[in-house]
Amino acid sequence: MAFMKRHETLERHSLLLTIGILVVVAIGGLVEIAPLFYLDNTIEKVQGMRPYTPLELKGRNIYMREGCYVCHSQMVRPLRDEVERYGHYSLAAESMYDHPFQWGSKRTGPDLARVGGKYSDEWHVDHLTEPKSVVPDSVMPPYAFLKKKKLRFDDIEDHLKTLRMAGVPYTDDMIANAKADLVAQASPGADYDAEDALVARYEAASGRQGSVKVSDFDRNPGEPTEMDALIAYLQMTGTLVDFSTYEADDLNNRR
Amino acid sequence: MSAHTTANQRTGWGFSVGTVSLLVGAVSLAVLLIAANATDPMMAAHAWIFFFLTVSGLLITGFWAGSLQKRDPFDPAFYEDTIVKFGVAAAMFWGIAGFLVGLIIALQLTFPNLLYFPDFGWTNFGRLRPLHTSAVIFAFGGNVLIATSFYVVQRTCRTRLAGGLWPWFVFWGYNLFIVIAGTGYLLGVTQSKEYAEPEWYADLWLTIVWVVYLLVFLGTLWKRKEPHIYVANWFYLSFIVTIAMLHIVNNLAIPVSLTGSKSYQLFAGVQDALTQWWYGHNAVGFFLTTGFLAIMYYFIPKRVNRPVYSYRLSIVHFWSLIFIYIWAGPHHLHYTALPQWAQTLGMVFSVMLWMPSWGGMINGVMTLSGAWDKLRTDPVVRMMIVALAFYGMSTFEGPLMSVRAVNSLSHYTEWGIAHVHSGSMGWVGFISFGALYCLVPWLWKRPALYSKSLVEWHFWLATLGILFYIVAMYVAGIMEGFMWRAYNEFGFLEYSFIETVKAKHIMYMVRAGGGLLYLTGALLMAYNLIRTAMGHGEARSTATDETSTPNPALQPAE
Repeated sequence: MAFMKRHETLERHSLLLTIGILVVVAIGGLVEIAPLFYLDNTIEKVQGMRPYTPLELKGRNIYMREGCYVCHSQMVRPLRDEVERYGHYSLAAESMYDHPFQWGSKRTGPDLARVGGKYSDEWHVDHLTEPKSVVPDSVMPPYAFLKKKKLRFDDIEDHLKTLRMAGVPYTDDMIANAKADLVAQASPGADYDAEDALVARYEAASGRQGSVKVSDFDRNPGEPTEMDALIAYLQMTGTLVDFSTYEADDLNNRR
Repeated sequence: MSAHTTANQRTGWGFSVGTVSLLVGAVSLAVLLIAANATDPMMAAHAWIFFFLTVSGLLITGFWAGSLQKRDPFDPAFYEDTIVKFGVAAAMFWGIAGFLVGLIIALQLTFPNLLYFPDFGWTNFGRLRPLHTSAVIFAFGGNVLIATSFYVVQRTCRTRLAGGLWPWFVFWGYNLFIVIAGTGYLLGVTQSKEYAEPEWYADLWLTIVWVVYLLVFLGTLWKRKEPHIYVANWFYLSFIVTIAMLHIVNNLAIPVSLTGSKSYQLFAGVQDALTQWWYGHNAVGFFLTTGFLAIMYYFIPKRVNRPVYSYRLSIVHFWSLIFIYIWAGPHHLHYTALPQWAQTLGMVFSVMLWMPSWGGMINGVMTLSGAWDKLRTDPVVRMMIVALAFYGMSTFEGPLMSVRAVNSLSHYTEWGIAHVHSGSMGWVGFISFGALYCLVPWLWKRPALYSKSLVEWHFWLATLGILFYIVAMYVAGIMEGFMWRAYNEFGFLEYSFIETVKAKHIMYMVRAGGGLLYLTGALLMAYNLIRTAMGHGEARSTATDETSTPNPALQPAE
């Protein structure tokens, strides 16, 4: 057996064996992952995507901290029942600013890719406080403590800067005004100038009117809580892309 | 042994103790700085845990080194078995902890009214589930792999572990990582990438530990007294090398601050998704498969006293397994926004993966040729062979589930949970239990286990537990998959989402029952192994049992 004779070389030289292993296991990943960074049609051309506002970003971090991704996917597949149950199937473009992605792998609860705008803020407050109060058979844990926890955002500029390093197009303006933007989004009517500035900044990035929602999300005026942030995030998921201008049949958007 | 080599060994001893202390000392200084300047309470907690544990490590090392006097602690005439004993104990401890958390979260989904506490966020399912997965995969599985790899590489190379104190750094450093990871989940420190949840500083620490692990393993191979590297060591080596690659690439992240716990992933969206599942699937492939195949290749031949069935098959299935496994990741992303060419590649390679997987199973099972009676007489052998049966089952099911059409039904459902538990409880759990049952009498020099009938009890309780578990989850998964896509006569979706949740209640109960049986079996094992180590019961008798112990002197493998 010639090949077994040759294999003996590997069995006698641990470094050759190590290098052999490394080469063999590197190939698959290189072929599959590397092209995603340069093939143009990996991410669809869409209108409406913008970076998260500071409040939404904090909310997203709470979503990750509490392990929501363990039970909720954020990826509607292009299957008839899913599109009818959840809405338009998810595009790669919709998670292009997600560091990391939150597509999930299990639906112990429903998909959340398009939960934004589906329910009122009050519903979310009730549901997060005690899920069974609105869905009696729910197995979801209660998150009442979010209402009591004041949001910590003294280093929010650093978060935006870090994301800019990773490629999210936050402008200097967004970073400089991060704290004011965060407070303004959760306190409607408190400071009209700050509110207008926030909306203008992020709508300009999105190119779409109405893509920034200002609300007292937790229905508790005063300092922003973690509940404010989480609901701000949930209320915008899946709402950014303008599907009226999206051409699913365009060759560049086909997968 | 000549005086010259003894002197050399002495220098080597002092050198490794000195360098380990230097590294650990530098780390404890760095974490003290971080602890003093921490920007968030989680980082402060972790830095202090790190600080106290590394300083305790240094103090213990100092006292231990001071008590040695003239004795060479790393005498090359003996195997380093104490570390394997520690690894066995750690594996048992973490295994039971991990199974227990699994049972708790299964009960949370079954009886949410009883087990959720609105004011204690850290007890919620979302935080405990990563604790369960990490405890069973990395704490239990990882300690089994470290312990067995250190045992096997010494025996098959007929030499003591290389590196003096460095293997101890690997063991304690790895377990420190586990503590940081586990407390992190409870505190809410997570990257939210499945099976790669620990944050950037824990990842950095694990990288250091892992590189040292690779060097210790290679160093031991370099001083082997056998011309050939035994097949089990190829598998261990591929596990160590590949996990290093996967861990580093999937955890590329930018910390918000060097004194804070939060970081942001370098990659985003679709690229991040495929990197994650390239990692996630190969954590299965290289942590839970090749590592445990190495255990199969040493412990089954040893226990039944037969050579490995086919040398040629081991070569073919080794290289094809590690080559093909890496490609299979995209099957976790069927019908998602991942480009379809990548999905298709993932599917094709997943189907191809069936063959090398079964090659390994056949090589393990057929090793029993001429010793089939042991299936009846030795419950430890039966456990390891049933492990291979589960391995065969889940590596057939995996390719099936990675076909897009099947995946459209199975994905996101409890079917996936059934699949991973037949693989983890059946294959990884049983082959590990088999190895632990072999190792304890060997390490503590006992002629037999404390009680063979307790092993029988463990075997049947655990087998029954797995069957309850997976059957319940198959039923639940396929049912909910069909309910999600069911239409009524008017062309509307038949069920609301919550109806599909409600329908699983009974199956959740059965699943929790299965988990309870499995945990009970593991508790019996722990009791049995502790009594064995203490030399009680059948472990006390002086009659030698042919299956119980390889010769204690430096001996080659079969």
